[in-house]
Amino acid sequence: MTERVTISVNGKPISVPTGTIVAAAVALAGATRFRASVHGESRGPLCGMGVCYECQVTINGRPHCRSCLTLCAEGMEVKTDE
Amino acid sequence: MSAKPDILIVGAGIVGAACAAECARAGLSVLVLDRGPVGGGTTAAAMGHLVVMDDSPAQFALTSYSRRLWHQLAEQLPTHVDYDPCGTMWVAVDDQEMAEVRRKETFYRERGVKVEVLDAATLRKAEPNLRHDLVGGMRVSDDAVLYPPCAAGFLLEQARAAGAEIRTGVEARSLLPEGGVTLGDGARLSAGIVVNAAGPWSPALTPGLPVRQRKGHLVITDRYHGFVGHQIIELGYLKSAHAVTADSVAFNIQPRKNGQMLIGSSRQFDSEGTEINQPILDRMLRRAFEYLPTLNQLSALRCWTGYRAATPDKLPLIGPSLESDRVWLATGHEGLGITTSLATGRLLVDRLMSRPSEIPSEPYLPARLAKGGAAHD
Amino acid sequence: MNSQRHEVEVLVVGAGPAGIAAACVAAEAGKRVAVLDNSPWLGGQIWRGEQSHPAQAAAQRWIRRFKGSGAQLFSSATAFSAPAPGMLMADTPAGVLQFSWQKLVIATGARELFLPFPGWTLPGVLGPGGLHAMSKAGWPVAGKRVVVAGTGPLLLAVADGLKQHGMEVRLVAEQTPLAKVARFGLGLWRHPGKLIQGLGVKARLFGVPYRCGCWPVKAEGTDRVERVTLTDGLRTWTESCDYLACGFHLVPNNELALLLGCELSGGAIRVNELQETSVTGVLCAGEPTGTGGADCALVEGQVAGLAAAGLASQARPFFAARAAWHRFRDALNEAFSLRPELRRLAASDTLVCRCEDVPLATLDAFADWRSAKLHTRCGMGACQGRTCGAAAKVLFGWDNDSVRPPLFPVNVGALVSTDFTEDKRTSTTTKPGV
Repeated sequence: MTERVTISVNGKPISVPTGTIVAAAVALAGATRFRASVHGESRGPLCGMGVCYECQVTINGRPHCRSCLTLCAEGMEVKTDE
Repeated sequence: MSAKPDILIVGAGIVGAACAAECARAGLSVLVLDRGPVGGGTTAAAMGHLVVMDDSPAQFALTSYSRRLWHQLAEQLPTHVDYDPCGTMWVAVDDQEMAEVRRKETFYRERGVKVEVLDAATLRKAEPNLRHDLVGGMRVSDDAVLYPPCAAGFLLEQARAAGAEIRTGVEARSLLPEGGVTLGDGARLSAGIVVNAAGPWSPALTPGLPVRQRKGHLVITDRYHGFVGHQIIELGYLKSAHAVTADSVAFNIQPRKNGQMLIGSSRQFDSEGTEINQPILDRMLRRAFEYLPTLNQLSALRCWTGYRAATPDKLPLIGPSLESDRVWLATGHEGLGITTSLATGRLLVDRLMSRPSEIPSEPYLPARLAKGGAAHD
Repeated sequence: MNSQRHEVEVLVVGAGPAGIAAACVAAEAGKRVAVLDNSPWLGGQIWRGEQSHPAQAAAQRWIRRFKGSGAQLFSSATAFSAPAPGMLMADTPAGVLQFSWQKLVIATGARELFLPFPGWTLPGVLGPGGLHAMSKAGWPVAGKRVVVAGTGPLLLAVADGLKQHGMEVRLVAEQTPLAKVARFGLGLWRHPGKLIQGLGVKARLFGVPYRCGCWPVKAEGTDRVERVTLTDGLRTWTESCDYLACGFHLVPNNELALLLGCELSGGAIRVNELQETSVTGVLCAGEPTGTGGADCALVEGQVAGLAAAGLASQARPFFAARAAWHRFRDALNEAFSLRPELRRLAASDTLVCRCEDVPLATLDAFADWRSAKLHTRCGMGACQGRTCGAAAKVLFGWDNDSVRPPLFPVNVGALVSTDFTEDKRTSTTTKPGV
């Protein structure tokens, strides 16, 4: 039986199966922009394996977390760049 | 350049670049050589802090004059030089350091440098991430920061626009007493005067020069806009820079315009190689955490090292060498090369053209270290 | 800073096929083995998702074997510095781990090569392996349209996988000319396993156009990619899509090996017949020794694990299979080599460095990586030049082999070592299996 976890993405609650990465939850929440580049361009994941650093989001107040390598945990608060 | 240049400068770091810009602007023909890229030596490891320092009257005179020149240049600096007038915040941990703050305040105020003393509460408001039990600080709001390699590049562009030639990837093996250099491949280039602006490597060109290599470490973080608002330095920094033998660290952090922060500083003589020296990196970072307790949780992207050019009296060498009046020196700037580069260029050209300088240039003349000069003690 | 200390006999960095294989044989030989992987999962890239959604029999066999081997897995552990001989520091969400090792097996795999072209920074443009991997971890792709482009057999494997996740694969665009791909395909009779694998993929992709000799020239869209324009050198056309999965084969993750001083040969980490590098005690297996795929990695990993366990004589029987896989590897890398047009896809305002937003035009003024980095800050961002540096190598021919710690961004606190003098070392942890 697959368990689910609920996290919030930009304040919006998202329920996902256990084992889902934060990046997927962000996509499921409908956010396209994970981070703003130096000049304000929208960026999202590129490499999917933790080397490109384009998927960075803030998790539980901590910035610069690679969402492609982080599993969703119950109660996590995820914020993308405005 | 087919004709013999008036001035041949060895070293395309910030000091060589500033000298090139001044010489070219004064109408002299200039050739700059560097075995590496522009700003690839000490300049690449510099913090880029434009700061007044009062370790000695001569140091104060040079830094305040040069800082003024940077202020005048500021609006011409292109974006990638990242000039940011964020100011310096000196911080005091105890009453003894606070007394030093007040002494500095008087000193600066008497000399027209804008300073502001902060008590503990005001300091906490100005820099909330500092540990809360600091007793106070001093803000020097006209200090600034910039990105050194691009600043050197800008100065050389100015030099080029005034007719100077720059050749990178060219190594000077030795200097010619009659003016000029012998290159690595044996070829000779003649010049009216050759200027040794090779920083920590200047003794290789001028044997016996009292310049020692003083290694430093730096760490740069990812972007944390607003974590600190000024370049923050502990008052103990001067003790560290002052010490001439012991390995030392002193807390120093700089916010860059893009939100990254540079963490320093360390000083070591006789540490060979460019590798990170873990024990001193540990000391440097532990010192930084004493001032910014949450710094340890921020993301660090890179660590690197560099060498400063240190003289026995902590003042640079600007002017004719002891060996020949056609071999000049512009080196030995220790941790103040970025700040004092512009003044160095001015003082050098003033002396070359036999015109008066805005500040007395005698304290920086190489001749001061001639007979009976202070050894590194 | 307080760090947890572990003393092991064989430390393996990377839990992909090479690392798993090395760890299995070394642990089965009785050695105390630890394996680090920077992700939460076993399997590296090629076996991503195998634990939750078994798909490949070989992966399942090896994962089962690993779990029974006695090797200890440290997930979400990123190796970032080697401050003293026989010592490796790894960062984890819970703090720093300090490993003392007698033998080190580097099995750090490879990442995809990204080349800049107009629009490549739009959300929705990802690496093929990246999109596939994330789709296995919940990234929603069902019902979405994707164009898969770039080069390498990976494109077909990814198209296959994405189709199985419910994506509409509009096109697989392979830059290699058809003749070269066909020759490679014909050569697969020497590697029957690969041939069968390939045929299976092709069968499942029936109906998906696979075009050779074409490549993307731009991606466009407002907030994310909406269409991609491709060319074959003569004709240019546009495909609407929700995703562009574009990657140009692989770049080995050599950084740890270079940090330790391992020598290169032809761009790969040089190893002898026992997978030993030029640094005593350090071995390397899999993609960093030459990008040859999972089967090659498995054989090399077993050789490395046996050598690390002091059982070099038992490694000999693997040499013939390894040689065959090396022939496959060389044929693969030759067949899918990059055509020159790919170096000129970027326009002058196309970003090359994504971390610092540095466009091509800014880099053109420089003659080498170091001066470009110094003056433009290209490569000075969080990816530490992994993305832009690999691209710059292709675009400009710039080498950038100088590596410094930390190998990945870590907390400032993690840079502070604990003292590692003998008398302060605590003997630690878990014998295998405990």
